Amino acid sequence: MSSDSHDLVSADDAAHPENPLAPGLPEHKLRRTDIDPRAAKRAERQVSLLFVIGALTPIIFFFEYVYIPSDKLIHVPLIGDTSASNFFLGLTMGIGLFCVGAGAIHWAKKLMPDVEEVSERHQLRGTDAEREEAVSQFNAGVESSGFGQYKMIRRTLIGALAATPLFAVPLLKDLGPLPGNKLRYTLWAPGVRIVSDVSLNPIKPEDIPFGGLVSCVPENLAAVEAATGNLNARAKVPVVLVRMRPEEIRAQQGKNWDYQGILCYSKICTHVGCPTALYDRKSHHLLCPCHQSTFDLSDAGHVVFGPAARSMPQLAITVDAEGYLVAQHDFTQPVGPSFWERG
Amino acid sequence: MSTPQTGPIVKAGGAAADYVDERVGVSKFLKKNLTKVFPDHWSFMLGEIALYSFIVLLLSGTFLSLFFKPSMTEAPYHGSYIPLNGIPMSEAYASTINISFDIRGGLLMRQVHHWAALLFLAAITVHLLRVFFTGAFRKPREMNWLIGNGLLTLGILEGFAGYSLPDDLLSGTGLRIADGIVQGIPVVGTYASFMIFGGEFPGTDFIPRLYIVHVLLIPGIILGLITAHLMLVWYQKHTQFPGPGRTEGNVVGYPLFPVYTAKAGGFFFVVFGITVLLSAVASINPVWLFGPYTPTEITAGSQPDWYMGWLDGALRLMPNVEINAWGHTLSLNVLVPSVIIPGILFTAMALYPFLEQWATGDKREHHLLDRPRNMPTRTAIGTMSLSFYILLWIGGDNDIIATHFDMSINAITWTLRVMVFVVPPLVFVITKRFCLSLQRRDRDKLLHGYETGTIMRMPSGEYIEVHAPVSAEERAKLLAGHTYRPLELDREPDENGVLPKRKPLDAARARLSAFYYAERIEKPTPEELHEAEHHAHELEESYLAQIEGGSAPAGSEHAPTRSEH
Amino acid sequence: MNGRNVHADTDTPASVSAKLSARRRHPLAGFLLLAVALTVMGGLYAAVTGAGTASAASTDGTPQEIAQGRALFLEGCASCHGMNAQGGSTAPTLIGVGAAAVNFQVGTGRMPLAGPSQQAKRGPVQYTEAEIAALAAYVASLAPGPAIPSAQDLDYSNASLQEGGALFRTNCAQCHNFTGAGGALSNGQYAPSLKYATPQQMFEAMLTGPGAMPVFANSTITVEEKQAIIKYITTIRTSPNPGGMSLGRLGPVSEGLFLWIVGLGSVTAIAVWIGAKTS
Repeated sequence: MSSDSHDLVSADDAAHPENPLAPGLPEHKLRRTDIDPRAAKRAERQVSLLFVIGALTPIIFFFEYVYIPSDKLIHVPLIGDTSASNFFLGLTMGIGLFCVGAGAIHWAKKLMPDVEEVSERHQLRGTDAEREEAVSQFNAGVESSGFGQYKMIRRTLIGALAATPLFAVPLLKDLGPLPGNKLRYTLWAPGVRIVSDVSLNPIKPEDIPFGGLVSCVPENLAAVEAATGNLNARAKVPVVLVRMRPEEIRAQQGKNWDYQGILCYSKICTHVGCPTALYDRKSHHLLCPCHQSTFDLSDAGHVVFGPAARSMPQLAITVDAEGYLVAQHDFTQPVGPSFWERG
Repeated sequence: MSTPQTGPIVKAGGAAADYVDERVGVSKFLKKNLTKVFPDHWSFMLGEIALYSFIVLLLSGTFLSLFFKPSMTEAPYHGSYIPLNGIPMSEAYASTINISFDIRGGLLMRQVHHWAALLFLAAITVHLLRVFFTGAFRKPREMNWLIGNGLLTLGILEGFAGYSLPDDLLSGTGLRIADGIVQGIPVVGTYASFMIFGGEFPGTDFIPRLYIVHVLLIPGIILGLITAHLMLVWYQKHTQFPGPGRTEGNVVGYPLFPVYTAKAGGFFFVVFGITVLLSAVASINPVWLFGPYTPTEITAGSQPDWYMGWLDGALRLMPNVEINAWGHTLSLNVLVPSVIIPGILFTAMALYPFLEQWATGDKREHHLLDRPRNMPTRTAIGTMSLSFYILLWIGGDNDIIATHFDMSINAITWTLRVMVFVVPPLVFVITKRFCLSLQRRDRDKLLHGYETGTIMRMPSGEYIEVHAPVSAEERAKLLAGHTYRPLELDREPDENGVLPKRKPLDAARARLSAFYYAERIEKPTPEELHEAEHHAHELEESYLAQIEGGSAPAGSEHAPTRSEH
Repeated sequence: MNGRNVHADTDTPASVSAKLSARRRHPLAGFLLLAVALTVMGGLYAAVTGAGTASAASTDGTPQEIAQGRALFLEGCASCHGMNAQGGSTAPTLIGVGAAAVNFQVGTGRMPLAGPSQQAKRGPVQYTEAEIAALAAYVASLAPGPAIPSAQDLDYSNASLQEGGALFRTNCAQCHNFTGAGGALSNGQYAPSLKYATPQQMFEAMLTGPGAMPVFANSTITVEEKQAIIKYITTIRTSPNPGGMSLGRLGPVSEGLFLWIVGLGSVTAIAVWIGAKTS
């Protein structure tokens, strides 16, 4: 019916290369810089200015590096007090790099030709002839290798090839020792004094008020750390001492594991091992900040919220002859995250 | 070979080029590739942001490696940062403080390195989304999709390793969590944990080992994968959006030299420059405030870097399910969020091109991209997965949200636990509906033209809105894209009249295909387009006739007697 | 003012009054009146209630102070805390909490609490310094409890900043965050930011364990250790951020947000610029 460009193209072939009526490349529109030599000159100046800034910034950077002391502070609006060195070095380098890039992009956009070019895609696969050639070469090679003919070689080849990577397996064994039963025991032992972390002072029951929380470690931790040179013991021993009124304790993990309302629980979360020390003295809940596992210390460390599945292990305590709080014995279960052999 | 210009630089350039060409034959490569065409759409540059960020990482990382000491030997600190004077810390941490306060430009480079790492992964993510929603992973680019997935996974691991190296309180806590997860793996968990850490946590071997993984092993693999990734893009040529002049058989754009050299090269400097500017004005990872790692301390608001946030969120949202039986413990509360869910997500993502190809049965090459609306099920699957990911991400920030919006952290956790099941299917349905309705609108535009916004009142009193036909370019764009139909896997009897056996997965395949394509909007056929144009023409005539004085009622099918046409 | 000539030339009383009444009709007159009224009321309120924190005062209150304290107590506190400060269903007992607790809670504006279900928040202080001292003296008279720290207690000039940091990170950071920016606790509770606390308030909070906070008695964290912690907090909260904007000192969450919005945003904007058609 129609006689002009409203001719229809088939739905799936709107862009088909063979379709003579698919719209071709849109008409190229000239830019200002193409038409107006003054605009081109202005663009040239802009690009050059950007390049000049980029070229000068390393020099400024050099002087800043040499002359701004690393401890000098300046006050920058919106940022506050900050390091003058970091601020100026970063600003200079950042602006310099940015200008170089912006200059190149500006040059491309304004002055380089922006006529769209068309390039044909080539067939990705090889031609049938090429394929045949490749296959026949390969087959010839296999035949000449005798792979088909020499059965024994064929059968033993796989073993030979597997040899090299298999060397890695035993070589990596000494990456670490076997776990043994190391995960089941900590430094805590009968009579080991409980001391506050950081200050390492031993603690008497009367030192802890109701609602009190003390982060503690065993008294021999410092000596063990000095001897081993690592924090391994420290990763399992941290405990918290909390005090509540004896009538507030609804359950414990063992009979008489508290001392006059003072309870001692592990600080290592049974989920994946973060220190759990957020204690709410009203609810007696111990909260882990990592994934919000919550343990009720008045109820045998039972989990009341969060992804931890096991109660917080309790450490049985008592006092020694001088009246300081000590452990009765080690934990009766492994502390920290669960593991397969835990039982 | 005489050249027109004979200036000294050109002469020297010519001599050098000659020297190289004699030995390497570079002119053969250049002749083919200097004018290689690349299409010009901003969304194609997202992958470049990742590439340039990686180069920035290599450069800044090299600087840092000259000063960082990957050792866990403890010693008291003595340096410029007074609040930590005398505090025992590992050499790794001490050297990081040293870089931040006593090496000029050290803090800048540390920040550049860390901001670039965050940008690297953000760019990979948006690039992945662009590739997914436009269907650029289809044949022949499935392998590149797999390589890209590998780059994403390695990037996440590399970033985790990198921010754990300074051995500060926040990242050390992250390592503790990682160890707890490894420990929970059935059968081999404790063995793996002891092998990785050289014994119990934290030991003294881990930071030096992590260092080699971070500066040598993973960057090496990433470099190799990036090379393969780019070589494939080079050889297969980049995809392009459908449009005027663009077909499956060509690439329309600008030549590599000089236009793309300038644009892409310039973009590298811009990305580098912006990263450095970020590092000049915004603080990142102030490790001196966290303090050195010790297993007895922790801070409120402990989160990993953003790209690990979804894993932390999964750990927070998972209910506390653990199975204790026959002397063994299976920690589902740890394994599901950190091993099983990521395993499923990454595997599904990697296999997606093959799954979709199975559902469409389409074995052709595709170089023209899809508009997301034209593939409603794929787009809906994408937004659904993204919504799941984002919900987990938000889960990881639940305590920051609680303090800033004065909400209960427990309530937030429970709400998110429900939302991760309810929201993604809802997002799927809404997205699919939205895409289908956009397609309907496109079909309307093709058949009835677009609304010009011009309202006319006919002499009879009827109001009409004038529609104009879409331009040829727009029509080509709206018609582009193949409308898939569900696969019909009917069996046909062979020459002896015997039906072949039904392949085992055919029923599943047919169902999947129906899920994808049963609901679809067909593009108008040529006949329908023709008919619609004819109808529009007639309607136009009828209105014109009314305007020119005829009193035919509105909607008359027949042309009036008086016509100026 | 119908009928009155409002444009009189001379300054007779009548004409002055006429000018005034003309100005009364000015469109902005209503706003001006409102502003004046608000200022006057606000000023009166401020004068009456007073602001600022309580200073260390002797907790051995005189009988008059104790009596005044009791009177104030009955008026503003007894409805929740009971007529004899024995506590009730919505408020704990105050017997034995000590002057320090009163000084902290009332001095930071947490008490009186508007409603029983909220966590007490820092807010405008409702009593004058003298009144707070009286309330503290009254509560201290009920039973022995933690005293308001003396000036010597609060003198942290000789304390060790480094030890303070170690103690802070072990005992405080898990709730209050590594620089005291605050953190979330269960069920809508939170550990507040330490930005506004004075050294005295910090000392009193550690000593008395307000709300859900544990009690850190002087026997477990000594006075010297408290001084060290206070020195660390006061130093670190105003310490410069050498790397640039602190982004709230909240860690990777705000950093990630900043990157996505500012970092990726600006780089993508450049990409759009590169791909845009040039005119």
